[in-house]
Amino acid sequence: MVNRKQQTVVHVLLIQVCVMLFVLLMPASSAHSAETVLKFDSDEQAALYLRLTEEFRCLKCQNQNLADSNADLAQDLRNEIYDAVINGQSRDEIADYLVARYGDFVLYRPPVKRVTYLLWFGPFVLLLFAIIGGWRLISSKPTITAPEPSEALEDARRRLNE
Amino acid sequence: MIAEIGQFALILALCAAVVLAVLPLIGSFIVQPQWMALARPAALLQLLMVTISYLALTSTFITNDFSVLYTANTSNTQLPLIYKISGVWGGHEGSILLWVWVLAIWTGAVAIFSKHMPAVLLSRVLSVLGMISIGFMLFVLLTSNPFERIFPIPVDGASLNPLLQDIGMAAHPPLLYMGYVGFSVAFAFAVAALLGGELDSATLRWMRPWTNIAWMFLTLGIALGSYWAYYELGWGGWWFWDPVENASFMPWLLGTALIHSLAASEKRGVFKAWTVLLAVLAFSLSLLGTFIVRSGVLTSVHAFASDPARGKFILYFLVITIGLSLLLFAVRSHKLKSTANFELVSRESALLLNNILLLVACAAVLLGTLYPLFLDALDMGKISVGPQYFNAVFVPLMLPVIMVVGIGALLNWKKDKLKGRQTTLLALVILSLIAGAILATQFDGYKITAAAAIGLAIWVAASSLYGVYYRLRNKRNRLSAAMHTPAAFWGMTIAHIGMGVFTLGVALTSMFADEQTVRMGIGETHELAGYEFRFKSIDEVRGPNYVAAQATFVITKEQNSVSTLVAEKRVYNVRRDTMTEAGIDGGLTRDLFIALGEHLGNNEWSIRLQYKPFIRWIWFGTVFMALGALLAAVDRRYRVAATTQKRARNTKVATGAATGAAS
Repeated sequence: MVNRKQQTVVHVLLIQVCVMLFVLLMPASSAHSAETVLKFDSDEQAALYLRLTEEFRCLKCQNQNLADSNADLAQDLRNEIYDAVINGQSRDEIADYLVARYGDFVLYRPPVKRVTYLLWFGPFVLLLFAIIGGWRLISSKPTITAPEPSEALEDARRRLNE
Repeated sequence: MIAEIGQFALILALCAAVVLAVLPLIGSFIVQPQWMALARPAALLQLLMVTISYLALTSTFITNDFSVLYTANTSNTQLPLIYKISGVWGGHEGSILLWVWVLAIWTGAVAIFSKHMPAVLLSRVLSVLGMISIGFMLFVLLTSNPFERIFPIPVDGASLNPLLQDIGMAAHPPLLYMGYVGFSVAFAFAVAALLGGELDSATLRWMRPWTNIAWMFLTLGIALGSYWAYYELGWGGWWFWDPVENASFMPWLLGTALIHSLAASEKRGVFKAWTVLLAVLAFSLSLLGTFIVRSGVLTSVHAFASDPARGKFILYFLVITIGLSLLLFAVRSHKLKSTANFELVSRESALLLNNILLLVACAAVLLGTLYPLFLDALDMGKISVGPQYFNAVFVPLMLPVIMVVGIGALLNWKKDKLKGRQTTLLALVILSLIAGAILATQFDGYKITAAAAIGLAIWVAASSLYGVYYRLRNKRNRLSAAMHTPAAFWGMTIAHIGMGVFTLGVALTSMFADEQTVRMGIGETHELAGYEFRFKSIDEVRGPNYVAAQATFVITKEQNSVSTLVAEKRVYNVRRDTMTEAGIDGGLTRDLFIALGEHLGNNEWSIRLQYKPFIRWIWFGTVFMALGALLAAVDRRYRVAATTQKRARNTKVATGAATGAAS
């Protein structure tokens, strides 16, 4: 039932969606430069260090990542991450090591596994249901359809609302 | 003595609230005009008594009456006067009393500005507000009494947390509470509609300005909190997805959905039951937010356990309020029939999409906020849910909202073929993207993502402005037509453009921000993002109740002086807390941000330098949104609605017939 003009609208939206998907799929490039108190061999290492310190939780703090925390434990972990980064370890290796020691709690990005399926996929499943529900609302006529207000009533209403 | 007056006034206020909650409601069902007439005086008496109570507590702060336990714990003789006044809400007991006061203010405001509202509706709305009041006053009196005395009386108070000794923090909670609690009015209307079994467009018209004003306060409150975190916490971030932030953000998301679904319900008689449900849920999330913040249940399970009485009280209150209102919804919502239908391309569909996406986004935030708690409670492991999760889930849900906001606003109700507009819209999309691609070259290191984001922001503004043009296109005198265009339309347009401004700020800050932590001695310079930061001097400074190390930096760009910034590290006298006061040079296109870190010895300091392009646009955008809501709320049409109502009562027959046809 989609006519040509509606198609144009759909096209407009599709173009936008494509562009936006592009935005989303591009790796979030970090513009941060090296923490010059620390020395790194390359910009990639510096970026990895910064990313990791933002991704792990300071276990002693209320709700702070390692980068923002002043706690001693956070400093120790920052040093360990620094050493690991300098030794060329990857993000996953470092994350695995920290998770093995402290559990999933240390990760601000919860791992996708059985107990977190609901967390990761729940919103999108809900979105799917909501869109199906919305679609049915639009495409189905209401069971009880009020008759279109007659001219006279519409006029009376308009005058009352003025 | 003053404290006892405060306590006594609060008990009297509770009595007024009981009268308010019971008699007018019963009166509205058994048709007792005298009982219904009690609603307004009871609401005003409650406001008077809570005000006395609140001022009494404030006066114990100003007069340093440390025989009051709460005052002794929160205030101090050295505290500047302004922070004594704002310190009243610096702790648990006082902030709940503020909550009660704000609720009394909203209730009083409804009582005052409702002269033309039908008595049955008014008495039910005020009664529902009275019931909420009872709950919170009991909470204060039974678990969190701020007027409790201590003996022996301490010589001086323990002082306010230095984080809270700041103008931004002084204004943040009242604004936030005005928003949170303001949704109670929409909630009360929704419950009254369910009780009466009808929701006509006159009632919806009453609801809209109240909801807009509450939303405006919530928007400003959240924005101020974000700005405060930016310059006070010293990390340069503006949003942390912290549970306490999420607690205020969830009602905001649903409140935004509510504003839009109210529009569809009022104008077209659609989504009525849905609107009522949203009003109930938005206020429920406000209560949940209060519970989260006040019980400490989310930051640490142990904080909850340390004072179980308070957490339990709010939890029960929450369960009863939400449970009863949802039960009422289940039983009565079938009476609220939506009758009109609409086609795929129509304003209604756009508002439906807006509601779906905002609701799902809110559900995602709720899920992420509560998930660790539930896993822990079920003994299924401890996890953390941080910004990485929220950004991954929330951003894709909000992008479509931002993309279609301009189009939705220029669609016609019921059915729209977009006649004569598709070509212009397509051209606007292309032009916006091209403009984005060109403007993105202004930044170091070309990013296609930046081009897309700038293009998106321009598109939001351009399509909103095109909506203005389209509305005025056939008018002979456009200027005079613009003057006569309803304020609500301008409000909507400004709020939508605010979305674009906000989007631009978020995108550019997250993509092009630069930061370095450097070791600097006096006289040394460091370059960041083209700016030279010279560490000029460090001095010891004494404030009213703290001692600070104050570093002065001179910033230049290509030999031209930019600004001189002062960054401090303060140690407060009483609590010995250390606080970082960042030095910030704010600007339209960028902020420069300096935070003083540790003293590394040898007169060298660890310094965190940050360059934050366009970060202010984030808050400018929210100010636009709030301004838009205000404009929409003061629209003449909503005040004229009152007169219509009066006239309608005089011409009952005609109205009955008309609303019958309309709903």
